[in-house]
Amino acid sequence: MQAMPPALEVNDLTVAYRDKPVLWDIDLQVPTGVLMAVVGPNGAGKTTLIKSVMGLMQPAAGSVQVFGEPAGRQQVRRIGYVPQRTSVDWDFPTSVRDVVAMGRYNRGGRWRRADRRDAERVARALATVDMEDLADRQISELSGGQQQRVFLARALVQDADLYLMDEPFQGVDAVTEESMVAVLRRLQEQGRTVLAVHHDLRTAPAYFDWVALLNVRLIASGPMATAFSECNLRETFGGSAPEWANPPVTAAG
Amino acid sequence: MSSLEFEILATAMMVSAACAMPGAYLVLRQMSMVADAISHTVLLGIVLAFLIVPLYGHPLMVFGASVMGVVTVLGIDLLKRTGLVREDAAIGITFPALFSLGVLLISLLARDAHLDEHMVFQGDLVYSVFQRLELGGRGFGPMTLWKMAGIFLLNGALALRFHRELKIATFDPVLAATLGISPALVHFGLVLMTSVTAVGAFDSVGSILVIGFMVVPPVTARLLTDSLARYLGLSILLGCVSSLGGFWIAWTVNGSVGGSISLVMGAMFVVVLLASPRRGLVADWRRRRRQRVEFAVRMLVIHLFQHRALGQRTEENHAGHLEAHLGWSAEFSRRITELAEARGLIRRVDTHWLGLTSIGQRQAEQSLAG
Repeated sequence: MQAMPPALEVNDLTVAYRDKPVLWDIDLQVPTGVLMAVVGPNGAGKTTLIKSVMGLMQPAAGSVQVFGEPAGRQQVRRIGYVPQRTSVDWDFPTSVRDVVAMGRYNRGGRWRRADRRDAERVARALATVDMEDLADRQISELSGGQQQRVFLARALVQDADLYLMDEPFQGVDAVTEESMVAVLRRLQEQGRTVLAVHHDLRTAPAYFDWVALLNVRLIASGPMATAFSECNLRETFGGSAPEWANPPVTAAG
Repeated sequence: MSSLEFEILATAMMVSAACAMPGAYLVLRQMSMVADAISHTVLLGIVLAFLIVPLYGHPLMVFGASVMGVVTVLGIDLLKRTGLVREDAAIGITFPALFSLGVLLISLLARDAHLDEHMVFQGDLVYSVFQRLELGGRGFGPMTLWKMAGIFLLNGALALRFHRELKIATFDPVLAATLGISPALVHFGLVLMTSVTAVGAFDSVGSILVIGFMVVPPVTARLLTDSLARYLGLSILLGCVSSLGGFWIAWTVNGSVGGSISLVMGAMFVVVLLASPRRGLVADWRRRRRQRVEFAVRMLVIHLFQHRALGQRTEENHAGHLEAHLGWSAEFSRRITELAEARGLIRRVDTHWLGLTSIGQRQAEQSLAG
């Protein structure tokens, strides 16, 4: 029996702006069905890693495989992408419901029109992220946390197998963050894979079960229990290590 | 109104309707200045196409000339991508050069063609209806009207067919790319649509009115609605209404039709900017004023609550001292006090001092807790 290919496999990936490397020779495997946090200091190349997987950036070298196949137009459609919320113009004249429905584009063919099933999926996704009351709200009236939840709902209706999220909890309050984590867990139960850039080192071990520590090169990756060590964190963030008020793994175990 | 005048009006309305479609998306994509550039540089395209195929108004010539719009935007994008010139400056560099080349070529080579420098800026609605469409010896009205009707239908069909692609690629190009929509294809498709429309409208209204038709009705419509479909429909409608109003003024004062339409569009925008029910400046000003009053009432209640321990007659709760303590004018203090009294939040103690009622007390506690 053949082993299941990893959801994402990155080999020797190097990305540079002119001669300035942003990612140096990354080798990363993300097994199917894990919730993986990508942590690292500012400028570590976290967003660049996600954009390279999406084919939005031209790598200088290396390859990316999604579910065992080279990442290309076909494979990219198995990915649900949750961008940073500042990446779009929220003054666009449309409603919350409509933005979520954009994720249904292309399901079942380019010529198919949106139908009842799509509308139901959209409504369900909005309920999942506690936004059903705001479904008909103009998007410019949303708070930062609500914008982030709209993006999460939009990714949900894409029915992707692999989710790439760029700081999904940015600007979200603590209660909402908990409920969004519950959504991620449900995705995991359904066998999906999530790779999320995450900033809060204190919550990372609680929210995710795998981790990749990145600072231009990959310092370590693997199950949270082994990879998220104080030694690896120190190497990732340098001597002036930041906000690990509760040293995670070493203190716990 | 004579049939000739009716045809002039119909042509103006048709041009405005045709311009609304690419214009509405250009405005949403923050590409208004690109409309400016394209509407000028297509002149060079028209001159070059005219020199190669001297059939003015032929569909092939329209598409040939439109290529210049795409070339313009490619040039702007390339300049921008060097990282040495920003987009607004790139537009400012590209289009005067290409446009001037067009003007120069006209004055050197095409002196006898009915392209002249005056027309370049203003076009001539009145002149354009004299070119008639004739088939088999029968007249079918002005050529420009038919040409613009064709372009309007083309734009409308494309907009309907690709409305999801246009919407997604405009709102979130990255999502578009992951869903299999090419943002670059949408971008240049829209640029080509804009160019074809600008070329088609060139002889009847010239470049300035083309910019007006593409930019002003959509920007005005955006102030009136938050729904994309209504925004697109209103853009067409407002363009047509402006044409009607402008034509009427020109007819009354016997002046330039194009100029009057531009003026009406500008006036319409100013009126909507001021008076739009939700987004307008007047509504905004009233909202702010109301908020200021509401906030002042809450502030007074909290002020009295915070100093309640001092006693019933103190410096802090004297009605005449609010000016000094809260920085209000005498008039504003009086208004806020009366309002708070009328709502049963505060009461007078010996005329001059203010105290909280139990309702006021509860509201203060809630305000401070929340």
